Amino acid sequence: MLEITDLNVHFGVIHAIKGISIKVNEGEIVTLIGANGAGKTTTLRTVSGLKKLSSGTITLNGMDITHSSAQDRVKMGISHVPEGRRIFSTMTVLENLELGAYLRRDKSEIAKDLSMVYERFPILADRKKQAAGTLSGGEQQMLAMGRALMSRPKLLCLDEPSMGLAPLLVQEIFDIIRDINEKGTTILLVEQNASMALQIANRAYVMETGSITLTGTGAELMQSDDIKKAYLGG
Amino acid sequence: MQKLLGSNFLKKAIFLAATFGLVQLLIVTGVINPFIMDTLTTICINIILAVSLNLITGFTGQFSLGHAGFMSIGAYTCTIITLRVPTTLGFITGLLAGAILAALVGAVVGLPTLRLRGDYLAIATLGMAEIIRIIFLNLDITNGAAGLFNNNQYVNWFWLFLFTAGTVVLISNFIKSSHGRACISIREDEIAAEAVGINSTKYKVTAFVMGAFFAGIAGSMHSSYFYFIKPDLFGFLKSINILVIVVFGGLGSISGSIIAAILLALISTSLQSIPELQMVIYAAMLITIMLFRPQGLMGSKELSLSLFKKWSSLIHRKNGGEA
Ligand SMILES: Nc1ncnc2c1ncn2[C@@H]1O[C@H](COP(=O)(O)OP(=O)(O)OP(=O)(O)O)[C@@H](O)[C@H]1O
Ligand SMILES: [Mg+2]
Repeated sequence: MLEITDLNVHFGVIHAIKGISIKVNEGEIVTLIGANGAGKTTTLRTVSGLKKLSSGTITLNGMDITHSSAQDRVKMGISHVPEGRRIFSTMTVLENLELGAYLRRDKSEIAKDLSMVYERFPILADRKKQAAGTLSGGEQQMLAMGRALMSRPKLLCLDEPSMGLAPLLVQEIFDIIRDINEKGTTILLVEQNASMALQIANRAYVMETGSITLTGTGAELMQSDDIKKAYLGG
Repeated sequence: MQKLLGSNFLKKAIFLAATFGLVQLLIVTGVINPFIMDTLTTICINIILAVSLNLITGFTGQFSLGHAGFMSIGAYTCTIITLRVPTTLGFITGLLAGAILAALVGAVVGLPTLRLRGDYLAIATLGMAEIIRIIFLNLDITNGAAGLFNNNQYVNWFWLFLFTAGTVVLISNFIKSSHGRACISIREDEIAAEAVGINSTKYKVTAFVMGAFFAGIAGSMHSSYFYFIKPDLFGFLKSINILVIVVFGGLGSISGSIIAAILLALISTSLQSIPELQMVIYAAMLITIMLFRPQGLMGSKELSLSLFKKWSSLIHRKNGGEA
C-alpha cells in the first residue's frame, strides 16, 4: 500500500533521514521503533506531506505521491496523528472532530463516522461540548485519534500514541489500534514503547540515527537479543 | 434550522436599521453636534481597523504590525482620486481603489512571508509600513511631509455606517464559515491544521489580504472625513494603537473589538481637557485593565443573548446565595 524508497530528509545541514526504505502492505500494522532523535517523527511527517524530502520516492497504492501536498494526501486516505496530540485546544471536542472531516463534503457519511468515533471513544461523546484543552492527556490522545479517523483514512499514521499515558491506558489505546486495524485500516505506528508496539505489529523496522538497522516480523524482533538489550530492558 | 437562521438574520437587520435610524435622527435634530460626530467617526474607523486586524491576529494568529501602512494606502489613494474627481462617485471609486491597492500590497508582502512558520510577518509588516510611509514622504503626488488636503467631505453618517456595519458583518460571516474555522485552527495549531488537510498558507494569506483590504477602507474614510492626511499620521504608533484596541477587546472576539474601540475613544475624548496627563492616564488605565483581564474584555467570546442569560443567572445565583 505504502512504499518509501531511498528516502533522504534534511533539516538545513542536518541529515536526519539517510536513505531509508519502508514498505507497508494493505491491512498490516507496521511499527517503526528506535531511540530519541532516530528520525521516526520525521519519517512519518514526510509520509503525510508535512515535511519536504530531499530525495527518494513515496508511493501510495502504486501512485507516486512524492510531491503531493498534505491536503491531497489526506484526500487520498493518509491520516496523521501527530506527536504530542496537537488538538485544537480552545475548540470543543465536537469542533475538533468536525475539522478532522474538513476536506469531506458527504454530510451524511460524516455523521455516520462521527457516531462511529463516539462509539469507539464514549468519553468523547460525553465531552463533546467541552473545550478540548481541558481534557486529560489520555482523552486528548483519543480525541487526536478520533479526529484522524474522521477523514476515513486507508492508512493511519500514529506518532507515539502511548506517550505520557498510564500503563492501563496504554493497553487500552493499543487495543483500540488493533481494533481499528481489524476493521480494515492499515496502520503505520511510531513508538518508543517497543514491547507494546512489537506485540501488535505484523512487521517492524528499527531505526537508529536516520537509518534502518533491523527489520522483521514483530515476533522475530521480540526474540532478537539486540532488541531485547536495547529496547525491551534486558 | 433554516427558520432559526432566518429569524436571527431578521433580528440583526432590524438592530442595524434601528441603530442607523436613531443616530441619523440625533444628527438631524442636532443632538449629535460636530464634535460628537468627530468622536463617532473615529469610533467607526477604529472599529473597521480593529475588526480587520483581529481577523489577522486574533483569529488566524498572525502577528501584524503594519496595519497603519494599509490604512495609509487607502487614505492616499482615495484622496488623490477625489481631488481629481470631486464627486461622491469619485470618492467611492477612490475608496474601492484604495482598498484593492492595500489588498494587493498585502498579497505581495504576505505571500512570501506567510509560507514560513513563526513571527516573520511581524518584522515584514513593520518594514512594509515604514517603506510605505517613506514612499509617501517622497512622492510629488502625495505632497511629501506636508500632506494632502481633501477639499470635500464625502463621508457622512450613511457611508460611515454602511462601511462599518458592512465590515463587521462580512468578517463575522467569514469567521463563522468553514473558512473561518480553518483560520482559527491555524491559530490553535498550524501543524495539526495541516495534518487534517487545511492549506495553512492559503488561509493565512486570505485573512491577511482581507484585513489589508478593510484597513484600506478605514483609511479612505479617515481621509475624507478629516480632510487632511500626512505620512506621519500612519506611523508605527498608529499600528500599535490599533493593536491595543484588538488586545484590549480580546484576541478573537469581534464584539470585543467593537466595545474596545468605543470605550477607548470615549476615554481618550474625555481626557482631552487635560492634555498634559492624557497619555499618562490612558496608559495607566490600559495597564490596570490588562492586569485584571489579561485576556482582554471579552477574551475570545462574543457578546450574545445567551451570554447575557449566563451572566444574569450567575448574578442571580450570587444574590440568592447571600440572601
Ligand atoms: N524542525 C527541526 N529542525 C531541525 N532539526 C530537526 C527538526 N526536527 C527534527 N530534527 C532533527 O532530526 C532528527 C530526527 O528527529 P525526529 O523528531 O524525527 O526523531 P524521533 O525519532 O521522532 O525522536 P523522538 O523519539 O524523541 O520523538 C533529530 O536529530 C532532530 O534533532
Ligand atoms: Mg518523535
